[in-house]
Amino acid sequence: MGALLSLIAVAALAGLAWVAVAVGDLRYLVGVVLPGVAFAVFIIGIVARVVRWARSPVPFRIPTVSGQQKSLSWIHHQELESPSGALSVIGRMLLEVLCFRSLFRNTRVEVDPAREKVSYIGTKTLWAAGLAFHWAMLVIILRHFRFLVEPTPRFVEWIQSVDGFFQIGVPVIYATTVVFLAALAFLLARRLLDAKLRYISLPSDYFALYLLLAIGLSGVVMRHFQKIDIVDVKAAMAGWTSFQPVLPQGVGAMYFVHVALVSALLVYFPFSKLLHAPGVFLSPTRNLANNNRAKRHVNPWNPPIVGHTYAEWEEEFHDQLVAAGYTLDKE
Amino acid sequence: MAEKTPQELIQIDLAPPKTDWMDPSVDFEARRGTWSYPGGAKSLRYMNFPNPREWSPTDGDWQLPDNWREIILDGFRERLTKYRSFQVFMDICVRCGACADKCHFFIGSGDPKNMPVLRAELLRSIYRRDLTAFGKVLGKMAGGRELTPQVLKEWYYYFYQCTECRRCSVYCPYGIDTADVTMMARELMNLVGLNINWVMEPVANCQRTGNHLGIQPHTFKDNVEFLCDELEEATGVKITPQINRKGAEILFIIPSADYFADPGIFTFMGYLMLFEHLGLDYTLSAYASEGGNFGLFTSHDTIKRLNYKIYHEAKRLGVKWILGGECGHMWRVMHQYMDTMNGPADFLEQPKSPYTGTVFSNAASTKMVHICEFTSDLLKHDRLKLDKSRNDKWRVTFHDSCNPARAMGLLEEPRYVLRNVCNHFYEMPENTIREHTFCCAGGAGLGNDENMEMRLRGGLPRGNALKFVRDAHGVNLMTCICAIDRATLVPLADYWAPGVGIAGVHELVGNALIMPGENERTTNLRNEPIAEEAADV
Repeated sequence: MGALLSLIAVAALAGLAWVAVAVGDLRYLVGVVLPGVAFAVFIIGIVARVVRWARSPVPFRIPTVSGQQKSLSWIHHQELESPSGALSVIGRMLLEVLCFRSLFRNTRVEVDPAREKVSYIGTKTLWAAGLAFHWAMLVIILRHFRFLVEPTPRFVEWIQSVDGFFQIGVPVIYATTVVFLAALAFLLARRLLDAKLRYISLPSDYFALYLLLAIGLSGVVMRHFQKIDIVDVKAAMAGWTSFQPVLPQGVGAMYFVHVALVSALLVYFPFSKLLHAPGVFLSPTRNLANNNRAKRHVNPWNPPIVGHTYAEWEEEFHDQLVAAGYTLDKE
Repeated sequence: MAEKTPQELIQIDLAPPKTDWMDPSVDFEARRGTWSYPGGAKSLRYMNFPNPREWSPTDGDWQLPDNWREIILDGFRERLTKYRSFQVFMDICVRCGACADKCHFFIGSGDPKNMPVLRAELLRSIYRRDLTAFGKVLGKMAGGRELTPQVLKEWYYYFYQCTECRRCSVYCPYGIDTADVTMMARELMNLVGLNINWVMEPVANCQRTGNHLGIQPHTFKDNVEFLCDELEEATGVKITPQINRKGAEILFIIPSADYFADPGIFTFMGYLMLFEHLGLDYTLSAYASEGGNFGLFTSHDTIKRLNYKIYHEAKRLGVKWILGGECGHMWRVMHQYMDTMNGPADFLEQPKSPYTGTVFSNAASTKMVHICEFTSDLLKHDRLKLDKSRNDKWRVTFHDSCNPARAMGLLEEPRYVLRNVCNHFYEMPENTIREHTFCCAGGAGLGNDENMEMRLRGGLPRGNALKFVRDAHGVNLMTCICAIDRATLVPLADYWAPGVGIAGVHELVGNALIMPGENERTTNLRNEPIAEEAADV
């Protein structure tokens, strides 16, 4: 149900953009105003959210430790699983953000009632698909810099040449395009076919996947089927970077669909689970060192709570304490 | 207790039902054996907690205050601004499902709301609808749910069906910690008087007497003396530990179960033998007679309130540093909360072993050392006279307790101790130990008898791993460093891996220690003959 509704929502967004341009002649609105507003919402939204997170203090140092602590000098300490200081926290975070360390641990449980056996089978598919998707997306975003900056930056040219290494097709089919779409298709199939995943999925989980797929597919159509004039696109995009947006000429409706969908993604981002991108950096179970006993952590709102004091306790149990022969503070 | 046989209980279907999880219905009557009795009014009154009353989850009317919805939502808002963890964990879950089959309660029950992701969604759905702009507009489409009495009942069922073991958090790509989410949910429920007695009574006891079991100072002394008599009978060594002694070098803090019930009492004997062997200058305290802290299963304020006595007593007695016994959640509190809540411990000195000169720099601020750190350091420096063969009847494995593993990373120290005090040590399968360890399913206040079916279900992963080493290596003893474990693993092992006993690590230390003036040791601390040697498999 959620899967279908989200599909309809993404299709409607694309359709709306198409109609607006092809029928309504709202090219300026879709091609200039919309992405401008969307980008502003994206930036302001993310900043506002991160500020909101940052304003909530971290009262306790609560890392989830996944390896041997630093204790006695002769015991091997797993610095990246149980960081003892800022530097190793950075290392742990880098592993998490760049390599998806925690997902790499993933296992799948199997309960075999006949043999009365519970097994844990290592499974790397979610890790591989997640990592492939995110890295491919990063490369694709970087590739788009050739539209934004004139002349095309060196690193973008370098990325393009590596990405197009196989020299298949005219224009060259980038490896990341294939990886991006394949990984998304896998993540979607997993959500639809795995009963557990389907059960926990909300409409927004499908929405994000459909939206990213639609963005990818509309890009593929432009590059490989319509083969639109990128000189025009580049001129239009360059206008953005100088804050003098212009409307590209000679591009079809697909360009506007692509732009509209990207705009939708930008607007959706700060209000959705896509916030995991900035959020992972602020997760207190990952970004804090396991040095609790070595270094005091201060809670800015530490409440002035006093427990049952010894004096109260001694008074309450006075007679018993005397009878049992305890030495008292107050005779 | 369990009416179902293990063969019946393991018939688990992990496939979710066809219905939508957003429907919040829990039939408490039909699910007897899987929930805990509510907190007694007396305990709540003693603690000054809201809404004390006698009630049962099977009642139609839970006697909530009229403005309960407002209380919960206000409490929710307040905690979002006080705990970054809570705010971030409410916002960033992508429902990737990595955590889904990591929870022992899910594995043992197949109940989809025991998937950590859905446990958190029980709160998130309310957060989205009532506390975010998107959810206010889109409602159910944005994954929002209305906060109804049924939702609250579902919270009660599932947040008192989480042992805060943090296994899911290890696998989460963002480290979302269900223990933290559960702690928040329990705080919110406590605002309207929804709690369980197995937590509330220990909390009230602890506040009054200093320990969860409500043992008063004269009984404390009696218990210690009784255990020393037993110890003398087994070893011929007379030990008279000091209690509430000012000027001792070390204050020794233990969970109360260690001086109260089998098999924890044998661990207690082990501690005392170790200290006697060394001639350690230490004292017990009848006031700080509990290291455990059921405040952890109640609210952050209650943690602080109950933990207060530790530093307070250390200061009063004028000790130099604190040594802590084998207890899991106690060490979560000592390691991650105590210094922040009740520190700084600037009246204490950096812990230093009087026998090896080792300075415990990892405890430089808290000034509290785990006994496994202390003992492994002694062993490394060859400061103990041991006869490992006295543990030869045991084929030993080690259960990593959740909190020492995932809050501290105390993984090697207990293993080093075990390898030095026994000859036959075997690890359980790697996905069930160390940071991957499975809970005993009785932590966080759930280790009561009325919840036994759920405990045994949640105990399946641990029990099955134990059965594996029992069958493969003849393991007949599972050691652990947690008092709740020592209580709850006994029925778990009897059910899933019969024939395996449960012991603390320092029980085996005690068995192996060669004491000055000891008799010819023919029995171990349990008064069982030590001679029957385990045959090699």
